[in-house]
Amino acid sequence: MPTPPHRDPRLLALVAAGGALGTLARYGTARLVPAAGAWPLATLAVNVAGSFLLGLLLEALARRGPEDARGTALRLGLGTGFCGGFTTFSSLAVEVDGLLSDGTAGTALAYGAGSVAAGLLAALAGVAVAGSRHRGRPA
Amino acid sequence: MILLLAFAGGLGAVARFVVDAELRARRPGTFPLPILLVNVLGSFLLGLLTGLVRDGADDAWRLVLGVGFCGGFTTFSTTSVDTVRLARSGHVRAAVGNAAGTLVLAVAAGGVGLLLAAAAS
Repeated sequence: MPTPPHRDPRLLALVAAGGALGTLARYGTARLVPAAGAWPLATLAVNVAGSFLLGLLLEALARRGPEDARGTALRLGLGTGFCGGFTTFSSLAVEVDGLLSDGTAGTALAYGAGSVAAGLLAALAGVAVAGSRHRGRPA
Repeated sequence: MILLLAFAGGLGAVARFVVDAELRARRPGTFPLPILLVNVLGSFLLGLLTGLVRDGADDAWRLVLGVGFCGGFTTFSTTSVDTVRLARSGHVRAAVGNAAGTLVLAVAAGGVGLLLAAAAS
C-alpha cells in the first residue's frame, strides 16, 4: 500500500512551506490594509482572495484528469498549504465576537454572513474561470 | 518574530492536513465535518488567546499562536470551496449546513474562549 499523503514527509514539508508563506502573506495584508471603521477589511480581503484562488486551483487540477504526482504537490502546497494558511476562519469568528460584544450586532451579522457569502461567490468565480480556460479540452 | 510566525503558520497548516486526513479515513462521507471541527477548535483557541492577551498576557503569544498557528490551522477557503462543491453536486442542505454551521459554531466557540479567558483572570 502506498504511503498516504499525510504521512509522506516531503508532502508534509510542502504543506508546511505553503502554510508558512500563506500566513506571512495574511500578516502582510493585515499590516497594509487598515480596518474600515468597524469592518476588519484585511480578513475579508484574504478570505475572498484565497477562496477565489482555491476554487480556481482545485477546479483546474480536477479538469486535468486523474491526479498525478505533480497535481498532488500543487494541490497540497498551493491549496492545503498556501490558500489554507492565507485564509482564516478563527480571525473571522473572533472579530465577529468582538463586534457582538461592542453591541453592534447588525455589523457583526453583516460582516460574518457577508464574509461567507463573498467567499462562496469568489470560490464559484474561481471554479468558473478555471472551467472557461479549459473549455474545448477534454475534461 | 516573523520567522516564528511563519513557522507556527506552517505547523498549523500541517496539523489541519493531518487531522482532516485522519478523520476522513475513519469516517468517510460527503459532509466535510473534519474541516468544520478544525475551524471550531481553532476559533476557540484564538478566542481564548485573544481574551488572555486583552487581560495582560504577552502580545507575542497572540501573534505567534493566534495569527500564526490558529490562522494557519483554520481555513476559510476550504470551507468556501467545499460548500460550492456540495451545492453543485446537489447536496444543497449539506452546503447550507456547512456554510452557516461553520460560521455559527466558530463564532460560538470563539465566544466561549473569550469568556473562559475572562473568567480565568
